[in-house]
Amino acid sequence: MNPVNYLYLAALLFTIGATGVLIRRNAIVLFMCVELMLNACNLALVAFSRMHGNLDGQIIAFFVMVVAAAEVVVGLAIIVSLFRSRHSASVDDASLMKL
Amino acid sequence: MENLIALLVAAPLLGAAVLLCGGRRLDAVGHWIGTVLAAVSFVIGAVLFADMLGKDAEAREIGQHLFSWIPVEGFQADIAFQLDQLSMTFVLLITGVGTLIHLYSIGYMEHDERRRRFFGYLNLFLAAMLLLVLADNYLLLYVGWEGVGLASYLLIGFWQHKPSAATAAKKAFLVNRVGDMGLSIAIMLMFTTFGTFAFGPVLESAGETSEGKLTAIALMLLLAACGKSAQVPLQSWLGDAMEGPTPVSALIHAATMVTAGVYLIVRSADIFNLAPDAQLVTTVVGAVTLLFGAIVGCAKDDIKKALAGSTMSQIGYMVLAAGLGPIGYVFAIMHLVTHGFFKAGLFLGAGSVMHGMNDEVDMRKYGGLRKYMPVTFVTFGLGYLAIIGFPGLSGFFSKDKIIEAAFAKGGTEGWILGGVALLGAAITAYYMTRVMLMTFFGEERWRSRPTASPDQPDVEPAAEHQGAHAEPHPHESPRSMTIPMIVLAFGSVFAGAFFGIGDRFVHWLEPVTGHKHGHPPVSALTITLSTVAVLVLGAGLAYLHYGRRPVPAVAPRGSLLTRAARRDLLQDDFNHVVLVRGGEHLTRSLVYVDHTLVDGVVNGTAASVGGLSGRLRKLQNGYARSYAVSMFGGAAVLIAATLLMRAV
Amino acid sequence: MTPTTSVEATTQLAAYTTSTGEAVQFWVLGTVAVIGALCTVFMKKAVHSALCLAGTMIILAVFYLANGAYFLGVVQIVVYTGAIMMLFLFVVMLVGVTAADSLKETIKGQRWLALLCGLGFGILLVAGIGNASLTEFSGLGQANAGGNVEGLAQLLFTKYVFAFELTGALLITASVGAMVLTHRERTERAKTQRELAEQRVREGKHLPPLPAPGVYARHNAVDIAGLLPDGTPSELTVNRTLRERGQIRDVSAEALNDLKALEQRSAARLERTRSGEASK
Repeated sequence: MNPVNYLYLAALLFTIGATGVLIRRNAIVLFMCVELMLNACNLALVAFSRMHGNLDGQIIAFFVMVVAAAEVVVGLAIIVSLFRSRHSASVDDASLMKL
Repeated sequence: MENLIALLVAAPLLGAAVLLCGGRRLDAVGHWIGTVLAAVSFVIGAVLFADMLGKDAEAREIGQHLFSWIPVEGFQADIAFQLDQLSMTFVLLITGVGTLIHLYSIGYMEHDERRRRFFGYLNLFLAAMLLLVLADNYLLLYVGWEGVGLASYLLIGFWQHKPSAATAAKKAFLVNRVGDMGLSIAIMLMFTTFGTFAFGPVLESAGETSEGKLTAIALMLLLAACGKSAQVPLQSWLGDAMEGPTPVSALIHAATMVTAGVYLIVRSADIFNLAPDAQLVTTVVGAVTLLFGAIVGCAKDDIKKALAGSTMSQIGYMVLAAGLGPIGYVFAIMHLVTHGFFKAGLFLGAGSVMHGMNDEVDMRKYGGLRKYMPVTFVTFGLGYLAIIGFPGLSGFFSKDKIIEAAFAKGGTEGWILGGVALLGAAITAYYMTRVMLMTFFGEERWRSRPTASPDQPDVEPAAEHQGAHAEPHPHESPRSMTIPMIVLAFGSVFAGAFFGIGDRFVHWLEPVTGHKHGHPPVSALTITLSTVAVLVLGAGLAYLHYGRRPVPAVAPRGSLLTRAARRDLLQDDFNHVVLVRGGEHLTRSLVYVDHTLVDGVVNGTAASVGGLSGRLRKLQNGYARSYAVSMFGGAAVLIAATLLMRAV
Repeated sequence: MTPTTSVEATTQLAAYTTSTGEAVQFWVLGTVAVIGALCTVFMKKAVHSALCLAGTMIILAVFYLANGAYFLGVVQIVVYTGAIMMLFLFVVMLVGVTAADSLKETIKGQRWLALLCGLGFGILLVAGIGNASLTEFSGLGQANAGGNVEGLAQLLFTKYVFAFELTGALLITASVGAMVLTHRERTERAKTQRELAEQRVREGKHLPPLPAPGVYARHNAVDIAGLLPDGTPSELTVNRTLRERGQIRDVSAEALNDLKALEQRSAARLERTRSGEASK
């Protein structure tokens, strides 16, 4: 088996995650989809690391995880405060930009 | 000496400022302040005149530069004065006749509670007119020009409580505005053509410019002159301007205002000389106005309106003469000066008559007044003889020269213009005789009951203002009114002879306007004799109509021409139909075009933009997910582009 | 072979080659991962989505291990699946069960556009990868020779030390930010009982206590609506959460059904006893 298949898998997962972000309205699920996209990226990075024979890809994947963790913390805090003020976790309800 | 020029303008201007700003505390002495300042201006003028006489003919022009008004790169406007023989003539006429009219107004306006204001306006009028004739550039002339327009507006509408006066003032202002537009366009043309407004450079470099441009400038100047001098087609305001107090009429008709147009043409002689087409138009305008005014004058029963028609006609003579070129300029100005004397005298006489007749203006209600107001009768009579050109009096010398010059134009034009001028002289004699006969001779039509005993000639002044319908008590006017009339009568009698004999006036003005001796196709004597002949003819005809037969107290219906002439030869109807209606139609169609076409395009554009944005706005729905889709699509496009670039 | 050398051997194996075992593992687990991802997107309830995502992440951890990223694999399980996903579950709990949203789209054309974009993006991505001619394949044998964790640590604390420190700052900032966002300072004093009562009167809301649910002490009876005098159930009597979940039981019909069943049962029993007696 060619390790390139890992890249195909990553692309597939990334696309699914992105489509999920676009389709779902629940902010939490939306966030999960973002995490899925990040994970797909990490998989691609790890596969790259293997192909190139050095650990830089893994280091970057590691950083991605750290950043993702930070992002999740802040994002979930935002969702919680949003829910507190609006009693809704739907991103469509947070549409103050609309006219 | 030069420094005195500004004082000429400053004195009446100061008077206007003091009187108009001074308030009621000056009511008691206001008229004297105004009169004295006008007289001061006249005295300064006389001093300058004496000084000028002491110099050589070529060195008489002096100037005074006060300050730079608008000093801008490429645009220089100065407050500067120029005093040459032409300006001097006007200065003396304006201040002299003006002062007399001031003096007269003291008596005439005695019972008007707004007399102080009236004198303020009179002073303003003088100041503006002096500024006009003393300016050394067209822009400053324009300032005076507008000032004259303003002062005439204020004075014509002085009795603003009368709607007719307010309307007349507005009409004069609006009609003048058309002419003012001509002057402003002419000045703009001058600036683009010559790069300056000053008389000297403009007139000197006129020869270097194309004839087309000069014709355009000259025609615009002519339009301006038509407005101020009440020439066809901008003549309609003059008759209505009689709504003002009589001294105002005298001032407008004799010394200021209407003479401004003639001054403008003569001042711009160098431009007109090089634009023969414009000169031709000028002569035609003059000739048409000459007949127009004379015909209107024949039909009017209102003494002031009859005189107004005569003014129009006489100014027509001047414009005609000015249009003739170097053979006519001097005579235009000469006629202007003599006309200033006798017309002022006539108007003051008319005012005196009205003063004694409870402000009645209808000549059909006069008659036989010579017994009751002898001074008025004599001075008015001398003015009458002067205006019809009775041999030996002022009008004879000046008008005769104009007729001569018109014949001297040469060719068919000369015959036509000369014939018109002669015809005008006959009609002038006719209508002036008519005025004279209807006012001072014949039966006393003002008596309501023919059997009533004759009133005392000198009633108490308090009795003058009983009711408007009470029977008038004709009486001579006070001294302050008769003295100016007497002085003006002297001018009417002797000015012409003084100017004409030995060509004194010609020599005086020649350095400024230039003069060419005209050669009429027939001898000068023939023309003079025929002038006298038509004069006798016209006066005799009038005597047959109005002297032999009793004048009906109510105007008969009259012929078609008479009725038309009573309505000022339908000038107002013409204006109404052509200008007002036409303007209304034009406006309406423009509004229609504006609403449908312009607004349609604008609204259509706006609507299509609005519609498009409405569609586009749907993209901006405020949903983060929608925006995410566009981002995602953009990313896809980006990848596609990258792949394509790699593939290529 | 000492245990360490055997570890090294497996390491090298994992790094250099792709064995048949790995291929089987890839195809099986990959399919599961894709299904998990799809379920994450399409599950109706957030809890289910979170569980599916957790599954996918564990599979990804396995793939990391298979690719020689041992440290990352473990971190994936510990940090992602263990911490982050639990955080998600906590928030789901906080936000509440009512947050289960319908999958019905509200923005016109959004779903179709999203699917179209997703499809196009995926195809392009796959095409890009296929186009990239990734034939070189070095393997991690060399890099992982001193141990994967040691290698990562060496890079992390030398080449990437600044980035590492910055991520530390980022994490601190994030935690402070989260506290700031979720912390709510009370800016006004709490309302007293009296004020709350007055507010209710002002707003014209339900003044007395809500009616109690119907009490049929047959089970945990809070989900049974109390009956109004005319026999219809009143939804007011049921807890709001249950109401929104749609977990109200229609007692009126159920009671009748129960009665009917009881009658049937009793009739059947009577029959049986009768027939038994008869047979005796």
